Amino acid sequence: MESQLGLIEQSFDLRYSGWVREALNELPDSFTITDPCISGHPIVFVSNGFLKIFGYSKDEVIGRNGRVFQGPETDRRSVMEIREAIREERAIQISLLNYRKDGTPFWMLFHMCPVFSKEDGRVINFVGVQVPIPKRPRHSGHTAVNSCENGAQLYKGAFRCCRREVCSDTVVELGRASALDSVSNPDDGEVGINDPCEARELEKRKANAAASNILSILTRYSELSGKLVCGKCCSVSGMGLLGSSLNISLGRIKQSFVLSDPHLPDMPIVYASDMFLELTGYARHEVLGHNCRFLSGLDTDPATQYQIKEYIRTEQPCTVRILNYRKDKTPFWNLLHISPVRNATGKVAYFVGVQIDDSCKNQEENGLSPHRRQLGVVGAVKVAVRSLSMGASTS
Amino acid sequence: MMLRIKRVPTVVSNFQKEEAEEDSRHAGGCGRNCFRNCCLPGAKLPMYTFKNVNKIEGEKKSVVSENKEHPVAFLDSLLLGEWEDRMQRGLFRYDVTACETKVIPGQYGFIAQLNEGRHLKKRPTEFRVDKVLQPFDENKFNFTKVGQEEVLFQFEPSTDNEVKFFPNAPIDIENSPSVVAINVSPIEYGHVLLIPRILECLPQRIDRESFLLALYMAAEAGNPYFRLGYNSLGAFATINHLHFQAYYLAVQFPIEKAPTRKITTTSGGVKICDILNYPVRGLVFEGGNTLEELSNVISDSCICLQDNNIPYNVLIADSGKRIFLLPQCYAEKQALGEVSSELLDTQVNPAVWEISGHMVLKRKEDYEEASEENAWRLLAEVSLSEERLHEVKDLLFEAISCSMEEDKGVTQNILEESDVSPQSLEDVDALKGSHPAIMSV
Repeated sequence: MESQLGLIEQSFDLRYSGWVREALNELPDSFTITDPCISGHPIVFVSNGFLKIFGYSKDEVIGRNGRVFQGPETDRRSVMEIREAIREERAIQISLLNYRKDGTPFWMLFHMCPVFSKEDGRVINFVGVQVPIPKRPRHSGHTAVNSCENGAQLYKGAFRCCRREVCSDTVVELGRASALDSVSNPDDGEVGINDPCEARELEKRKANAAASNILSILTRYSELSGKLVCGKCCSVSGMGLLGSSLNISLGRIKQSFVLSDPHLPDMPIVYASDMFLELTGYARHEVLGHNCRFLSGLDTDPATQYQIKEYIRTEQPCTVRILNYRKDKTPFWNLLHISPVRNATGKVAYFVGVQIDDSCKNQEENGLSPHRRQLGVVGAVKVAVRSLSMGASTS
Repeated sequence: MMLRIKRVPTVVSNFQKEEAEEDSRHAGGCGRNCFRNCCLPGAKLPMYTFKNVNKIEGEKKSVVSENKEHPVAFLDSLLLGEWEDRMQRGLFRYDVTACETKVIPGQYGFIAQLNEGRHLKKRPTEFRVDKVLQPFDENKFNFTKVGQEEVLFQFEPSTDNEVKFFPNAPIDIENSPSVVAINVSPIEYGHVLLIPRILECLPQRIDRESFLLALYMAAEAGNPYFRLGYNSLGAFATINHLHFQAYYLAVQFPIEKAPTRKITTTSGGVKICDILNYPVRGLVFEGGNTLEELSNVISDSCICLQDNNIPYNVLIADSGKRIFLLPQCYAEKQALGEVSSELLDTQVNPAVWEISGHMVLKRKEDYEEASEENAWRLLAEVSLSEERLHEVKDLLFEAISCSMEEDKGVTQNILEESDVSPQSLEDVDALKGSHPAIMSV
């Protein structure tokens, strides 16, 4: 775990330089910065303001995914909205119930926005700002549950108040008010959305300002490293690189595999998993854009290579055993499974290649044979590619 | 007068034949490697056992111990791998990934798929649609008749509170296992059937144990895009042998986007909401101090609907954290001739997936012209009216609070609308905890 934490901090420092942390911590706000390119979409920077509010130490936060601050009473639909915003690479502002380290819940306005690489338009980071929404008695037109100091929720649908004392008075006043009447109040904006603690203008302004400041700092410091970023998607890569939603989905698959694009000249690799890089010893930028034949070498059987070509041409899945070479030139027998992957049009969009080091092949992980594990990867990739190419906003 | 409609049913197994043929075959031996006594003894299947400890969510969670990265869960991987294996072995009637699909532009993003091969071209059979509870009929197709190669693995609670996988476990005929099998006419990648206690040949009706099994499966897969669904008889279940369906689709379902309005929270912490701004009216359940609490409230609701002969569908979403319960009346309307021919011509049977917003269309023109308005119009026909739903909700809340009384064995204060009095204000303080109470609407 240490090495992963180290990697995480390193990648952030590389892009923005080591000085950025100091600059970011000069801001008083609570915020986190995540990296969707690292599998698990972890937090790579956390502000002191955040640690103060949530009660965690830095080491307890870096490397975690933001969902760990949600809890049993966090509204599921809101969680879903955030998840979709991440997939669609867009900003979102939403009230959310989060939990501190001591288990106490509190409402906050969550403001999230993507940070794009100027070079290739990919999403490099997501910035998440948390503005606590203070508890206050409610007077008009909000529905259902309100949270109190210790997070205990009052279950009287008709009574829209926050503090118990106030509530009892209201109960007497309202008497037998039906929940339906009190809830459907069209003048109050979005009817019926289960959003008991709405942020006021003050909180929204705070969130917008914080996000804007953070973005300025990131932009400024990215100039130091030459890897410029900006708040808007400013360029579209011609390399056919995958969007962050597909990246995030594929990043969950913990095995060695690559995706190649047969529609680009020489069928280059457009995605390589972390474990592929570990297995072969290459860095990501050395692999993307190249055809996988670089893995073959002197003693690789050309007949096997020809076989692969044939299966690809006829869009058939196949399993072959091929001699491959790592970056350090050491050879290994690769039990390679290749399968066509279709997108939402129904046509083949990629080929997925799943590698297993033959010397490890007798290791059954959890009772699943290596072949079964390879097929699991194929399935997961097929679901991701098909689903994520269905909408209008596709990568 | 018995209400019937003609339908071309979907073939879910390679061994599903005409009912008439089944009758004559049944007598003799089999040789088809099926799931009955002729072939089952000695057979082995992979088995996945899940941890069935109820997660106590109300207590303070130890956040630091949470799994850090949320990688693909083992069950997820197993299911996808087994499914892809059957795909490569040619067990499916068609490659569903070769079927064009799209999200229809609009506020909700209904999902349409062009699938001409799903519905078998054979003479339509007649289904009785006016009774939600019908006894199991051995002579009709049931899942013990599928070939063993269509069954992917056994799915059972573990005996020692640990998740385990056995690549080759014997099938315990005495204590019928629950199994996961493929649907050979898949709607999407990974389309499977969860068949609780398959050898007991239970009819299509929900009970507490089976529903809990389904929730566990959703939770174990840990993937919000792997959803389970249930259709009661009369709500377009095709086979009267207890089963749930499930598949992967990594986009939001329209119904998941619909706003909700909370009605109440039970003493067990289960939040019950109305669905708003959606063509089909229904309820959403989430929360619960334990998975079992959540499960029981829902299964008790389903049982209440069954007992009152109200057909319904259930969608288990968000890895088992959000469940939609949708009573419907389309089949009855169809049988009474109250549905427009235009809608009937699309031959879309609004079962759980369609109601959730995923439409499989047979005709190219329907696919090309698919729009949010069309989808909305079709689904609006399925929904119960506001008044009818109100009646149904009264039934449900009564059933739920009754069951909770039985469960708890404690005197409760059930606050009815007519009983609100200053006296009951003292309960406000103690709502969560020792004085369980439920407010009905």
